[in-house]
Amino acid sequence: MTSETGFDPKLYDRFPTREPRPEGELEELERIWHAPTGWARLTVVNNNFIGTWYVGAAFLFFILAGVLALVMRTQLALPLQGILPQETYNQFFTMHGTVMMFLFAVPAVEALGVLLLPQMLAARDLPFPRLSAYAFWAYLVGGLSFFCSLFFGLAPDGGWFMYPPLTSIAYSPGINADFWLLGIGFIEISAIAGAIEIVVGVLRTRAPGMTLDKMPIFAWAMLVFAVMIIIGFPSIILGTLLLELERALNWPFFDPTRGGDALLWQHLFWFFGHPEVYIIFLPAAGLVSMMVAALARTPLVGYQLIVLALLATGFISFGVWSHHMFVTGMPTLSVSFFSAASMAVSVPAGIQVFSWIATVAVGKPRNNTPTLFLLGGLVTFVIGGLTGVMVALVPFDWQAHDSYFIVAHLHYVLIGGMVFPLFAAFYYWAPMMSRRALSERLGKWVFWLMFAGMQVAFLPMHLTGLMGMPRRVYTYLPGRDWEVTNMISTIGAYMIGLGVLLFVIDLARNFRFTAGDEAGNVYGGGTLEWLPTGLYSTRSIPVVKSREPLWDDPKLSDDVEAGRYFLPNSATGHRETLITSPIRAEPEYLQIMPGPSAWPLFAAIFTAGFFLLLTVQAYNPSIASGVLAVLCVLRWLWETDRPVAKAHADVGAGIILPTYATGPRTHGWWAMTVLLVVIGMIFVMAVFSYLYLYGVHPSFWTSPPDAPWLLPIIGGHAAAAGFALLARRLLARERTTLWTPATLVLIAAGFALFAFAIDWWSWRATGLTGATSGQGATVHAFLALQGILTAIVALMALYLAARNARGIVTRPRNNSMDLTVMFIAYTAAQGTLAALLTRLFPGAI
Amino acid sequence: MSPPISTRSAIADALAGWPPPVFDPAGPYAGSITTLAWVLLVMSVVVLGVVLVALWLALFGSKRQRARVGGTKAVWTGGIIFPVIVLTLLLVYGLSLTRSLTAPIRGDEMRVRITGEMWWWRVAYLDGEGRATMVDANELHIPTGRPVVLELESSDVIHSFWVPRLSGKLDMIPGRRNLMRIQADRPGVFGGQCAEYCGGPHALMGFVVVAHRPQDFAAMMAARRTRTVALSPQAARGAQLFADAGCAACHRIAGTPANGLAGPDLTHVGSRRSLGAGILPNNRGTMIGWIGDSQAIKPGNRMPRYTVLPGEDLQALAAYLEARK
Repeated sequence: MTSETGFDPKLYDRFPTREPRPEGELEELERIWHAPTGWARLTVVNNNFIGTWYVGAAFLFFILAGVLALVMRTQLALPLQGILPQETYNQFFTMHGTVMMFLFAVPAVEALGVLLLPQMLAARDLPFPRLSAYAFWAYLVGGLSFFCSLFFGLAPDGGWFMYPPLTSIAYSPGINADFWLLGIGFIEISAIAGAIEIVVGVLRTRAPGMTLDKMPIFAWAMLVFAVMIIIGFPSIILGTLLLELERALNWPFFDPTRGGDALLWQHLFWFFGHPEVYIIFLPAAGLVSMMVAALARTPLVGYQLIVLALLATGFISFGVWSHHMFVTGMPTLSVSFFSAASMAVSVPAGIQVFSWIATVAVGKPRNNTPTLFLLGGLVTFVIGGLTGVMVALVPFDWQAHDSYFIVAHLHYVLIGGMVFPLFAAFYYWAPMMSRRALSERLGKWVFWLMFAGMQVAFLPMHLTGLMGMPRRVYTYLPGRDWEVTNMISTIGAYMIGLGVLLFVIDLARNFRFTAGDEAGNVYGGGTLEWLPTGLYSTRSIPVVKSREPLWDDPKLSDDVEAGRYFLPNSATGHRETLITSPIRAEPEYLQIMPGPSAWPLFAAIFTAGFFLLLTVQAYNPSIASGVLAVLCVLRWLWETDRPVAKAHADVGAGIILPTYATGPRTHGWWAMTVLLVVIGMIFVMAVFSYLYLYGVHPSFWTSPPDAPWLLPIIGGHAAAAGFALLARRLLARERTTLWTPATLVLIAAGFALFAFAIDWWSWRATGLTGATSGQGATVHAFLALQGILTAIVALMALYLAARNARGIVTRPRNNSMDLTVMFIAYTAAQGTLAALLTRLFPGAI
Repeated sequence: MSPPISTRSAIADALAGWPPPVFDPAGPYAGSITTLAWVLLVMSVVVLGVVLVALWLALFGSKRQRARVGGTKAVWTGGIIFPVIVLTLLLVYGLSLTRSLTAPIRGDEMRVRITGEMWWWRVAYLDGEGRATMVDANELHIPTGRPVVLELESSDVIHSFWVPRLSGKLDMIPGRRNLMRIQADRPGVFGGQCAEYCGGPHALMGFVVVAHRPQDFAAMMAARRTRTVALSPQAARGAQLFADAGCAACHRIAGTPANGLAGPDLTHVGSRRSLGAGILPNNRGTMIGWIGDSQAIKPGNRMPRYTVLPGEDLQALAAYLEARK
């Protein structure tokens, strides 16, 4: 057996250890991982709490958006009803879609990741617990305030995909649309934060020996999920930024009279929006794969095929976005490509469906609530998939598009593919977090009401659509034969509502949160989350030898609980977890983890404050809130990246690991790399926008600044990168004073600022403003992005100088220094590319 | 001479939902999609049947049956080979149909420009050079048996033109012009409504296409061009009111000083089958109601309410507009 890191796999044979563990270890673990009580409970960062709250908050938004749906169904039960006035209805359907997609579906699966991944991987926690806490609080505070806009009649009313020009300032002069754009802002932040956490968590905090091919399917699904967020979300981040810039500063990205184009938004939106569907579905499919195997009490059939299917879905889903635009009049050739890709994406779904059926056939599933939800979800999802194939065929889509047929299709896919699996997961995993399992008797009622309600509500909608009823209508005329199907749909919707209500009752009666004396492995799952746990997760971290370790080693639970594996104690007296290598999960070093802190909470509140105050155009308070948010983040970071006294520690069985690491193998480096990919993708989408607008309206293009301007701009960027890299080098030299590298970083930041200023000035001299044309708008969008990066560079340089002043920059290498240098180098590269592109393409005209 | 429409309300006829218009085509472009829809429907039912049978066998089958469903081989057959074959066949069919439906437009077809407005449709019949020869709103008259090309545009936000019995839908996007072909093979009235959410009363933005036999169509258009309007005294008072009350600021009536372009052209409003963009039958009562308080009928539409006008004024205006055939 070869090794990835030089770690000798023979060392695994030392486990389980035989010697009794010293007294008091467990008590110390409990003391170190103890959660604050009372009001201070809000400062916890542990995934048991954050994960549960996160799931709870997502479920709350599911109920809120569901109530909106019930009111809408009531309005549509009969023609020409006056329950909801038109404006309110338009706000309701916009909020229903937005809240379900952004505040329920994505956060719900992300929340399950936060809750379940550390347990499944037997990590003590996710690698950045404070980031998790921040992401959760930003989402909760921001999401609730966003939802409340409904009570003031200020909720967005442009539909969840917010097509301009309807959402441009000319046709949506109120702040309703801004609520959407800025409200989505902090959802984007928390999604990206969660994705970074999950990528690093899955790849670097697995239990030793859990090679990629032994990883639980859910971890695979979450990995693909996170990568898809990293690739897909930048598109909507840029889109919302552009639309907000158009609304606030009159930059005509989407205005055809000035060289913009309405379809640019649709491309940006759906490049995110369609993968979004799989971002929601894949984690749920991962949950199904886990539960099917456990409930059928047999290993999953076709594990490798399913992993391939997850990867293929993630890949293909980025080539299908334009099937939302079949009726915009795209050329036949591109339509054909997207049609083919849209059909291809159903193959991986077919693989998963038949793998699940095969697993059921091999095993012996019992008639219990999670199994019912899984099978009901499977059938529902297959129907949604088939109507998906129907609308993937272009001519049929010309009829079905934007009709109730689509409403039916998307609810079949999302409810069958995500909601039913989620409810199965609630029943299956509740005993992991609760003293009592949920009720089987009530659960069956919940299932049958929801399943029957789902079919009653949405099956007739296909027909309603083919009968000519468009979606997003607040009423319809009598005498059109639409009354019957609409009434049936409304009855079905209330059945679903009743089912959900019963579920809430079940929760209230039986769910009692606990981290210690949980009901346990009711359904006999074989993966690590069913090991006995406390707030520190498992007492010791097992060596993983198979995909279902609990089935293959019946003694595992006892050995883990008795501390016979890795890290049976706190080796350094701090919170810590094992960082392992990405492929073979070999132990690399011990990560010291931060404990409870109020700063992520404050940072989240001020982040939400920043966006909300910006929305209501209270600019000064908004800026103040933004500055406070940044200060809070810096304050929380201040305590991190500090080596502990013990440079090496025994992590069990005499295996010694370092407690501080630097360079490309650290979790911080990985996180920064992921973040830079996100920023890079935002840039790529901006490049796309620039080229696209040129392609549509070349006549609006004017000459760029003269080529010689490039010299100081590129020179400035090169100097910034050069000084930054030099600073990192000099840090390693004992002879130089500590101030030399810090000063060099400050100089580098100065050059970054210089290059940006020259770039901006040279455009100003041409007279092209952001409001002039599509060219002016996109060029200034590049400048805006560069300006933001430059500001962050300045902030990081000052932060590093401050750490230096306090003498907490380590030699020869230091993570804070490494990450700052990386960021400066990236900023220089992006600035150079943007300057070259906007000047050399399409060339001097 | 009048087109063969039933004596029932024209609106009800045009907009009725049963049989579903997607399955009840009235011309070749909608017809070929109907065939595709049936094929897809049968395919879906068959595949769903296969999945349900497999699931049934997995749960309740004999040991041998379960062994057949439960293995990687079954996953390959059911999850990969079977779908790839079905999907490839469908794709070939779908793409060739797409190609034939988007075949280049010859250029000698009758052309009409339809412009989406918030929340109605501007209709302009074009001559060979693309000049408008007749302007109308919310209603399109076409001859049967030959394709008619629609130039779809928008003057504000995105709308989508959809008359399901004649064709699929196509978006109307500001700054762009999309071309669509429709054809009716038999005379009749075909309804549709805006399919892309366009804010406000998007729900109440309907449209009617009336297909006539070619000779009837020619006669009708000729009659429109040559018709002289004889006004009753009441209608004549209405004409005066039309000018005085400010109607002419937004509405055009050919041959009169009324030349407003913001709202629907009313030159032929008396002959239209519907009012308020396909939402009301057109008669004296609905006309009075619409002028007096259209906001109560179609909230948010761009026409102000005229509740200040006394009843007899409304009567007179309605009489005048009724005469504009």
